[in-house]
Amino acid sequence: METNVLEVHNLRTSFYTDDGEVKAVDGVSFTLPKGKTLGIVGESGSGKSITALSILQLLASNGKIIDGEIRFKGENLIGYSDRKMRDIRGNAISMIFQEPMTSLNPVFTIGQQISESLIKHQKLSKRDALLKSVDLLKLVGIPSPEARVRNYPYELSGGMRQRVMIAMALACDPEILIADEPTTALDVTIQAQILQLIKELQHRLGMSVVFITHDLGVVAETCDYVAVMYAGQVVEYSDVFTIFKEPKHPYTIGLLNSLPRHDMEQDKLEPIRGNVPNVRDMPIGCRFSPRCPAATDLCRAELPELSKDDKGNDVRCWIYSDNWDGEMEVNVYGEKRIAQGRGVKAVFSD
Amino acid sequence: MAGKTVEVINGPKRSSPRIEAYKAFWKRLSKNKAAVVGGFFILLFIVVSIVGPFLTTKDPTEVMVLNKLQPPSAEFWFGTDNFGRDIFTRIIHGMSLTLKVGFLSVAIGGSIGVIFGIVSGYYGGKIDTIIMRVMDVLLAFPGILLALAIVSVLGGSLQNVIIAVAVFSVPAFARIVRSSTLSVRQLEYIDAVKALGASDFRIIFKHILPNVVSPIIVQATLRIATAVLTASGLSFLGLGAQPPEPEWGAMLNDGRTYMKTAPHLMLFPGMMIAIVVLAFNIFGDGLRDALDPKMKK
Repeated sequence: METNVLEVHNLRTSFYTDDGEVKAVDGVSFTLPKGKTLGIVGESGSGKSITALSILQLLASNGKIIDGEIRFKGENLIGYSDRKMRDIRGNAISMIFQEPMTSLNPVFTIGQQISESLIKHQKLSKRDALLKSVDLLKLVGIPSPEARVRNYPYELSGGMRQRVMIAMALACDPEILIADEPTTALDVTIQAQILQLIKELQHRLGMSVVFITHDLGVVAETCDYVAVMYAGQVVEYSDVFTIFKEPKHPYTIGLLNSLPRHDMEQDKLEPIRGNVPNVRDMPIGCRFSPRCPAATDLCRAELPELSKDDKGNDVRCWIYSDNWDGEMEVNVYGEKRIAQGRGVKAVFSD
Repeated sequence: MAGKTVEVINGPKRSSPRIEAYKAFWKRLSKNKAAVVGGFFILLFIVVSIVGPFLTTKDPTEVMVLNKLQPPSAEFWFGTDNFGRDIFTRIIHGMSLTLKVGFLSVAIGGSIGVIFGIVSGYYGGKIDTIIMRVMDVLLAFPGILLALAIVSVLGGSLQNVIIAVAVFSVPAFARIVRSSTLSVRQLEYIDAVKALGASDFRIIFKHILPNVVSPIIVQATLRIATAVLTASGLSFLGLGAQPPEPEWGAMLNDGRTYMKTAPHLMLFPGMMIAIVVLAFNIFGDGLRDALDPKMKK
């Protein structure tokens, strides 16, 4: 039976600035089954990274989780003391960051840095921690790890540093690895290697991975489940096949339409028109409504809930809800769709 | 396993990058001739202050009325003062007093300032505001005036001079460390160690402090010069070292009455204060250039 190692329910995170409250994350729900990979996709500023930081409670001091649940193996992490969270961080849940060039402390050798969490969480001696660091470097595919362990970060390339970051994150056999755009700053060839490495390690160590990215290619490559985020909310959550074969939310469809495809002729790519709404000035209704080609008055007036369809996938769109009045044809980026409330699937028609 | 252990712990033979960084630092420092001279003098002062008192044949406080106000000669190299005490011997013995005040006050004031600065920069918000406003208040007083006020409250002694100078060194360190901390804090590796479960204490002292240490070293060197000057000033005003201690500032004060008839009473202590301050200043400037090559120009 599949168990969910991480369940996030209706997470809301706000930042309090001089200009007022900024709702960076406003309704994020997803589940991560054990041993699987979840992709969180969305454009810049959609709240992906804040979601990840909220899970580890590493928000800046003006940020606060105001509502929701983060269940790690059934236990709600919200309300944990800082001390208890420190035992979770790097031990049960660890994270790798986007920018490998600045993610390592320049004044320590990489061996010292990998050892740090081993000494803290597993109470190893310095010597044992260093030996384990060598094994970890070997695990992440760094050649001659015995020599590299004594290197300083500036002596390594970006790809190598990201491998070191992965080694650090894996040091204590975490159950969840959160990877925040781990390949964005790397060369394409290195990207593929790092993705491959994470996948391989996941299978070998049996951990679950949360992959934060704006690259749908990466998602297709690595993920089992996908949560699509828009303006601080999850708008669609389903398994990776459904997302690519039968995307439901107009935003997801728009995202896919804006990608070049090699399985069909395309004259030109169809972009999503308009801009992401300002966080301080969100639309009253559905946040995607100003840009949505299928938006109705209902969409503009009221925010839809994230609700399950008959396959158990979540979508935040009126078209698929009970409130949608009857059968209706909607035009989503040139694709005719017939939506008829819950239980009736959207039909592709060309 | 045993072989591997040895290899990991001792490492394959290659010169450590840390040693190479030191080498590069020494190379840059030794190119700066003024800094080398300054450093040499500082070293000389330290050696003299340790072994000097054992080498002098005279007692710095021994009064020999018959020899009073002698000009410099083969027997009394720097002459004698109004009590017939040998000025050279007093200068040598005063060296350790001067350095003690300089180093101790900067060590105490610097440590407090560094902690304030790093805490202020790391936590930000209210803590930052409170600490930095207090520092601003301290900075608003001219240094010597603040020290003067503290010493007059605590009473005049060398120990209180150290405390006073330490207090007025705090804000300079706090400010410089705070600004460095602010720039280090927002680097991603701080987030990364947080994500690995490091505590604030650990982040502050293990990850931020080593990265802000070079401005601290430079500031400390330059501050020693200021501390020496302030301490001498306080002693000159009679609030520091008490007679018959051979403190240079106090010696200056003693010689004031005889400025016209026997100027050597003031000349030698004054000269020594100037040389010590100059040496620390030049060396501090050189250190700054060598520690942070980007800052030069």
